[in-house]
Amino acid sequence: MVWLSVLLAILFVVVAPVLGCLITGADRILTARMQRRRGPSILQPYYDVRKLLEKDARANDVVQVILLALSLVMLVVAGVCLYAGANFLLCILLETLSSLMFILAASVDPSPFVQVGVQREILQVMCCEPMLLLFAVGVYLYTGSFSVSSLFSTNLPMVVWLPLIFIGLVFVLTIKLRKSPFDIASSHHAHQEIVAGASTEMSGLSLALIEVTHWYELVILMSWVGMFFVTSNPLSVLLAILAAAVVFLLEIWIDNSFARVKWQVMFKSSWMVALVCGMVNFAMFFFIDSNGLVFF
Amino acid sequence: MSVKDTSKKGASYVKKSPWIIHYDAASCNGCDIEVLASLTPLYDVERFGIINTGNPRHADIFLVTGSVNEQAKPVIEQIYSQMVEPKVVIACGICACSGGVFKTCYNTMGGIDQVIPVDVYVPGCAVRPEALIDGVVRALDILEQKRAAMDAGLPVPTPEVKLGVETPRVLHTQDDPDESGTPIEPAAQGGEGAKR
Repeated sequence: MVWLSVLLAILFVVVAPVLGCLITGADRILTARMQRRRGPSILQPYYDVRKLLEKDARANDVVQVILLALSLVMLVVAGVCLYAGANFLLCILLETLSSLMFILAASVDPSPFVQVGVQREILQVMCCEPMLLLFAVGVYLYTGSFSVSSLFSTNLPMVVWLPLIFIGLVFVLTIKLRKSPFDIASSHHAHQEIVAGASTEMSGLSLALIEVTHWYELVILMSWVGMFFVTSNPLSVLLAILAAAVVFLLEIWIDNSFARVKWQVMFKSSWMVALVCGMVNFAMFFFIDSNGLVFF
Repeated sequence: MSVKDTSKKGASYVKKSPWIIHYDAASCNGCDIEVLASLTPLYDVERFGIINTGNPRHADIFLVTGSVNEQAKPVIEQIYSQMVEPKVVIACGICACSGGVFKTCYNTMGGIDQVIPVDVYVPGCAVRPEALIDGVVRALDILEQKRAAMDAGLPVPTPEVKLGVETPRVLHTQDDPDESGTPIEPAAQGGEGAKR
């Protein structure tokens, strides 16, 4: 099975940016259609990145570019961990580390917009972490291991036993994907009160690196959603892809239907959702488990 | 013109993803409303990949509405200097082109080209969204020329700042200096009538 892990990992590195780019393009078209507009080409994110690479390179800060490249590399390694069926905890921690590298890179710029944006980015990481760690704990409780590949030896999809953890994850995804109502640090769409937040002063190569990082991140986040639906049956992968697509559509709908909230609301609600969903779900899990009803 | 020859490098992407920053110098807001109207479902400029970034570092095209006064001058200069090459400037509306009806006001310096180099002039009062989109499309060709010059290691072709120079009656874009461009309405230019 080692060759399969290596193959999947290589496949992730190659296919994820293409897929991420197309999904981002689809996001922009769907958003436009929801607003009764026509929207750009599905390849628009690709055109944007190529355009950014054509901009004057002298505007880039060397330290910033190195840190952003590190952020990208860590995210790719996180994805490799996931797709090689390795340790899920490592995947989550590397994903967070990638966010921290982005925050460090952004703090290079002294602009007040960037500094406020950086503080909000840190807040977003704080809001996401509890739920993600509970998610990892859930995987461990369900399979008895942090290994992603162990999910492929279960009889029932994880979502059956951890439905509240799933809801909590979808909640946190809105923050991770920078969608309204939680796009307080930066938004992919129109500009906002702190311009473009942490990436305000970036241009050209720096911005292109961020875009590519977002493509990888999108695929990883959607894979997390898919993890709730895979079983020992190979066909369950199709179910996982379908579920990820439905969740992404839901996120786009939420993005277009809600106004941006203040950071306090995001902070309170995300911790509340994480703690309530996590604790109630684990209590349910242990209760059912202690009665010997779990069959896996 | 060697600068125009971009075919050897294959397709360029500056034309496919023009990001815009819009600044209201001393406009009456008529043109600003039309700029924003271009984003609405009726015109939807995002279908050309155009995004209103509101951020000079991200933007390729600088849309300025209204004439320039002393207060707007440093802001326009700063936004222009913060933009990364290749970049183009579009003067939107007759006030941005020449000062318009405000040209002879004591506080008005005139059109945008009194302060920063302007590549495309889009007249109109207020400028129509169709004209604006047409102006942006013309600006894309200029953007492409500038990128090609950058690639070739040449200085980026930039029009002159016309401080103190009377704006011509017939305006033209940088790429077709021989072609007679869009004539300005005499009343809107503030020419004979305003000079008395």
